[in-house]
Amino acid sequence: MSFDATYQDQKFSAVGSRPVRPDGVDKVTGRARYGADFNMPGQLVARVLRSPHAHARIVRIDTSRAEDLQGVKAVITAADLPDLSEGDQSLYDTLDNCLARTKVFYDGHAVAAVAAIDAKTARTALKRIEVEYEVLPHVVDVDEAIKADAPVLHETIFTEGIEPKPETPSNVANRSEFGHGDVDAGFAEADSIVERSYLTEQTHQGYIEPHACVASFNADDTAELWVCTQGHFVYRQKCANLLGLDVSKLRVTSSEIGGGFGGKTHVWTEPVALALSRKAGRPVKLVMSREEVFRASGPTSATSIDVKIGARGDGTITAATATLRYSCGPYADIWAELGAMTSFACYDLENVKTVGYEVLVNRPKTAAYRAPSAPMAAFAVESSMDELAHKIGMDPVAFRIKNAASEGTRSSYGPVYGPIGIGPTLEAAQSHPHMHSPLETNQGRGMACGFWFNFGGQTCTDLNVNEDGTVTLAVGTVDVGGSRASLSLVAAEELGIPYENVKTVVADTATLGYNDMTDGSRGTFSSSMATISAARNAITVMCERAALTWDIPVEDVVWEDGHAKAVGVKHGNLAPLSIQEIAAVSGKNGGPIAGHSELVADGAGVSFATHICDVEVDPETGATKILRYTVIQDAGKAVHPDYVEGQYQGGAAQGIGWALNEEYVYGADGRLQNPGFLDYRIPVCSDLPMIDTQILEIPNPNHPYGVRGVGETSIVPPLAAIANAVSKAVGVRMSHIPMSPPRILAALGGETEG
Amino acid sequence: MVAVTLWGGLVPFADNQKTIDVEASDIRELFQKLSEQYPGLRRHFKSDVAVVIDGVVYRDNWSKELTEDNEVFLIRRIAGG
Repeated sequence: MSFDATYQDQKFSAVGSRPVRPDGVDKVTGRARYGADFNMPGQLVARVLRSPHAHARIVRIDTSRAEDLQGVKAVITAADLPDLSEGDQSLYDTLDNCLARTKVFYDGHAVAAVAAIDAKTARTALKRIEVEYEVLPHVVDVDEAIKADAPVLHETIFTEGIEPKPETPSNVANRSEFGHGDVDAGFAEADSIVERSYLTEQTHQGYIEPHACVASFNADDTAELWVCTQGHFVYRQKCANLLGLDVSKLRVTSSEIGGGFGGKTHVWTEPVALALSRKAGRPVKLVMSREEVFRASGPTSATSIDVKIGARGDGTITAATATLRYSCGPYADIWAELGAMTSFACYDLENVKTVGYEVLVNRPKTAAYRAPSAPMAAFAVESSMDELAHKIGMDPVAFRIKNAASEGTRSSYGPVYGPIGIGPTLEAAQSHPHMHSPLETNQGRGMACGFWFNFGGQTCTDLNVNEDGTVTLAVGTVDVGGSRASLSLVAAEELGIPYENVKTVVADTATLGYNDMTDGSRGTFSSSMATISAARNAITVMCERAALTWDIPVEDVVWEDGHAKAVGVKHGNLAPLSIQEIAAVSGKNGGPIAGHSELVADGAGVSFATHICDVEVDPETGATKILRYTVIQDAGKAVHPDYVEGQYQGGAAQGIGWALNEEYVYGADGRLQNPGFLDYRIPVCSDLPMIDTQILEIPNPNHPYGVRGVGETSIVPPLAAIANAVSKAVGVRMSHIPMSPPRILAALGGETEG
Repeated sequence: MVAVTLWGGLVPFADNQKTIDVEASDIRELFQKLSEQYPGLRRHFKSDVAVVIDGVVYRDNWSKELTEDNEVFLIRRIAGG
């Protein structure tokens, strides 16, 4: 169905207000149902047996003693999930990650699963499964993994993107390159050059709710899945593919979600739960423990990045390069490529080159984490930008403004930009009071910019006008940050009715057309576009009903302020018909009133942000306190400003944790040493100041209201902004994230790095 | 004719050409013509490729119209979080 998504300047009544979110009361009173809150009669409890080794060949699995245990209803291994990937490497990798087939590739890799009548029986059964491993040498470090003598994870992987093609297998799965111009010539023109290497450690998205689902297979080979996910339609497709099901036979319902940030865009245990239910003939509940979440669900990449930037004395950058090595876990992906694309996207560069290497290591499969790969690249580049600004004696904001990309700039990843917002965020930072407030001893201020692509995708909504004139809106994008409130505002805006008269729900996969996931900052961008379209379709129906009532041509009816109005002098005596009046007689005038929309919400537009941060570092302990933090970002149009601010603040908070403390720590045996929130420290409220936000509204030309996605870009600048602030506070350039107390003390020369 | 620039990963599948002129009025026709001319590209168009038109990323809307004035880039279909 065609829909003109072109931006139209208009005054809003509902959009831009800040009503209470519809799911708020349930969430704060504990009534909201998350993944683990769903139960079925006769449900079994599942537990997963995981590898204690970082790298090992599976010689033999004997499940007979577990199967003999009373109360055990099903035991599965990879043999119960046959390979149906038909050459689709990504699907095969997903299958292998769900249950290891011939080798285990990381500490925590699933090898078998049990469904039993209770948790105790399931745990006992796991202990009775015998797995014989041939332990292999392992490698967990991204720089170690690319060395010629490193243990090779896959004998079948030869580095792609290199000519001539290598003849020996490698842990480097792919090389990608972006850029333009002549960087050697550019560096020759530079008056000053900075060159430095950076490291970032692996972090987890840290969602509070673990992965959880209930799977129920029926005797007729239909199945249902209740699950915590960012995309139930995508989970349906993945699970159907992996289990050999018709898509129509698998119904997936998404629960409330206690955080995802990209980690719940991939299936982990859901196919295992379905396979167990298929074998047991009963519903199966599978909830990951926190330890399992850390050991076996996707963290972000660990990285090693080299940056070189040169500039003339007037601040013009003459050349810039970055070489980026990103860990992928055991399965090849595009994480380094995304880093290579985003590295210098904020800047207008005549000569630029970035090279990305996808590196396989014995760690869990890397998953998307909010603007995946961009924060680490921004850390390296924005740190170097600060260092170069200092070297040539320029203010860091002025240096960035001088080199900022604008409309017509050829981006470092190739295309020429249309209208973009990096300049306005920098100018807002330059004039922000935060940039000019005084600092004291041991304190430092940093700022940094960030870029993310944003995208839209397939989207479908149903808008139903009820008999009393209230409206039910069914959407297929999971609400991760308040989108039900935002979409209710959009429906209210279009229909001209109060926000309170719209109830938005997330429909299951059997009751609505396909929707892509809530990822890529697309939830509100895409579903608001589809909601506008659906509402306008419903308005068309209501105008037809009014015309029928009045017995006048439909062309003489318009929709204004929640009413159908007859236009023209000859209809002057006709009183407007409200949505309630039209809905009340809908059954007599043609039946229910609904508006439907299915569309591809492309045209999201790229996104930029600038962050400012003040820190204080205790030179005795190396501990860093965030004193003040400001986020400046373009939202296009903030539909519900509270939730836009919430996204800005959430991204900054996660970035603060990433910058200062969060880190996967592996022992020499390749086992994860800190799979819990006690030893893997995410920020809590007392660690954070009030994070100030400034919403810029530069309309997106490809959305009727000008909306842009806002969910991801806010995590891109924090690592660099905080590193720049800490570096100033301690007087030493910090090049290794997280800047935990031991690393800061080591930088200060007080202690060796822990 | 629309001048289409390929990202590095696609170049080997198009006889090592980085930029190709194609007579196409929309993305669908662009992919069709490129697939006919360079069969190795066909499988990538199924799920690996996004089209950037004048700086805006289009991942799925194959009906998006193209004109000679457009700057068209094929990039990797990116992931989000």
